[in-house]
Amino acid sequence: MTPDTTTKTLTLAKAINAGLHRALTDDPRVVLLGEDIGALGGVFRVTSDLLAEFGPRRVMDTPLAESAIIGMAVGLAYRGYRPVAEIQFDGFIYPGFDQIVSQVAKLHYRTQGAVKMPITIRVPFGGGIGAAEHHSESPEAYFTHTSGLRVIAVSNPQDAYSLIRQAIASDDPVLYFEPKGRYHAKGEVIPELGASMERATIVAPGTDVTLVTYGPLVPTARDAALAAADEGVSIEVIDLRSLSPVDYPTLEASVRKTGRLVVTHEANRTGGIGGEVIASLTESCFNYLESAPVRVTGFDIPYPAAKLESHHLPDLDRILDGIDTVMGR
Amino acid sequence: MVESSPEFVQLITPEGERISNPELDPWVADVTDAQLTAWYEDMVVVRRIDTEATALQRQGELGLWPPLLGQEAAQVGSSRATRDDDFIFPSYRENAVAYVRGVPFADIVRVWRGNAQSGWDPYKHQLAAPNIIIGAQTLHAVGWGVGAKYDGVDSVAVTYFGDGATSEGDVNEAMVFAASFQAPVVFFCQNNHWAISEPVGLQAVQSIADRAPGFGIPSLRVDGNDVLAVVAATRLALDRARRGDGPTFIEAVTYRMGPHTTADDPTRYRDKAELEAWKLRDPILRLQRLLDSLGLLTPELEARTQAKADEVAAELRAGCINMPDPEPLTVFDNVYATPNATLEKERDQYAAYLSSFDSSNTTSNGGRS
Ligand SMILES: Cc1ncc(C[n+]2csc(CCOP(=O)(O)OP(=O)(O)O)c2C)c(N)n1
Repeated sequence: MTPDTTTKTLTLAKAINAGLHRALTDDPRVVLLGEDIGALGGVFRVTSDLLAEFGPRRVMDTPLAESAIIGMAVGLAYRGYRPVAEIQFDGFIYPGFDQIVSQVAKLHYRTQGAVKMPITIRVPFGGGIGAAEHHSESPEAYFTHTSGLRVIAVSNPQDAYSLIRQAIASDDPVLYFEPKGRYHAKGEVIPELGASMERATIVAPGTDVTLVTYGPLVPTARDAALAAADEGVSIEVIDLRSLSPVDYPTLEASVRKTGRLVVTHEANRTGGIGGEVIASLTESCFNYLESAPVRVTGFDIPYPAAKLESHHLPDLDRILDGIDTVMGR
Repeated sequence: MVESSPEFVQLITPEGERISNPELDPWVADVTDAQLTAWYEDMVVVRRIDTEATALQRQGELGLWPPLLGQEAAQVGSSRATRDDDFIFPSYRENAVAYVRGVPFADIVRVWRGNAQSGWDPYKHQLAAPNIIIGAQTLHAVGWGVGAKYDGVDSVAVTYFGDGATSEGDVNEAMVFAASFQAPVVFFCQNNHWAISEPVGLQAVQSIADRAPGFGIPSLRVDGNDVLAVVAATRLALDRARRGDGPTFIEAVTYRMGPHTTADDPTRYRDKAELEAWKLRDPILRLQRLLDSLGLLTPELEARTQAKADEVAAELRAGCINMPDPEPLTVFDNVYATPNATLEKERDQYAAYLSSFDSSNTTSNGGRS
């Protein structure tokens, strides 16, 4: 079968579906498992139609037990499978947390490299969609703190397609965060693996401020750059893509050029990726910085009720406010 | 499966005929005509709450709503069997339990409007905050029950969960602990046959009630659409707990006739014929037929019940649409019981930020325009 090389316009959700489809086609050891991923196609339809095409041994509806979903993936990986587990919503990953940080992350190390854990764990994350409690969280930092895991967050259909395939192909376990608020965003997708999932990308070039973000806030950051341009400030927007490891060389080159740094994410501030990125860049680029870097993040609160989430989440205005601060205005 | 083998205890047939069951009959021997008609009213009213809340969701007043359509007998019967000092740990679908526990109608929908994460004071109604993490509340019930036992009172913890939840580790761990500590807990499983799109057969290859004895917990399988049988089973279980005989597991075999929530489309995964078959076992219809055979289904009762349903629906609607949005700075409230300097700084900074736009408008989103 000749590989499909045509460009298509797809939603982010459909792009992941296409990536999963390709991975299932290319490698018979790839299996999907999760709650409602079969006939329903997942609550977000990301796995739509895969059961019909690949059957219930490749696309497994599981009972409701996140710990067991991840634990079963570990056993499958022991036998040489490449499991792709779906956690239905961000806030439901915690029952599986122990299996992720204690087993998935550590088995390769514990066995001196004998056992590989090529497990991909897909997690719809982020808020702004008026959802109920536990459906809008940003738990990525818990996993960046754990050695042995790779953590990525996608922001657009092309990356969604390319990075799910890279994640599944990786011999390391990957936490793959999908911005659920952007599932319906459309974009062009070419069926290529694209830039390495370890690389950050410069979404918009600029000279005055480096604005670092990932996942659901990438389009917002781009909007902020446009708005700032109207006020005569040139913003360089960077999409991290990989949250662990972080592509520091790309960030450092940018900060050395602009001298100012803002990091924005939906997740809580304390212990978040923003603090880590700023600490690291301050260490490496201190002499280039013209002002103290700024974080624009969610507050240190449990994710609030839907009517209040607009106050918790960084928006265009709060990002611009952060830019004003580093500009000394 | 379940449909073909009615291996559950029943006191009212789907045709509304009162049949006897030696184990359960004594537990409902004292039930009066007035109680039967009151439960009928409860069930009609909660079905009306479902209809009204679904309409409110469609009109954009609620973000989401989880209907319990078809599960009225299971919820009304079990919660009506409890005492006021018993404590209930529900999941997210127990709106009839909230109604029975006297939660103000608008507070039942407060969570689903997105104004709060629990609409009621748990201690006022002896009803815990609804739990969305599947099965997590069953462990809380065990802790509460052990506490009640230590305190020397004969109150009981009752916990509600679905058939899907029985697969979760927490529910199984809860059974282990409840048995170990002989906790006064009633595990009330509503087997409504579906966990979103997954049929109960995926969660359990034998009856769910059969599992509990493996943990050392006696269990009962009851027709969940038969309000009298549910009352009897729950009374039996509560009595065991009060007498110090520990936990009991009840599987109420029922059916979710609506979608999982207003965001769900059950036509994608379940057969129309299955739904039609279950409609014949409608819990309200069944009690109506029994009342009729007893000469209790008078025009007066029907009129009174309808009037009550209308009144509740109107109050629910008014309470919902007139509910004010919460104040922005309340996002910072109650994160800690004692003051937290970091968070107070964040609150002060955000308050200053909000007021920098328009000092007269503290509820603004902080628009930069
Ligand atoms: C730990 C966890 N995993 C997944 C979900 C998403 N979810 C919400 S309801 C539901 C199905 C629950 O089925 P069941 O326990 O049978 O209860 P029912 O909804 O039928 O009353 C799922 C998978 C959740 N809320 N919590």
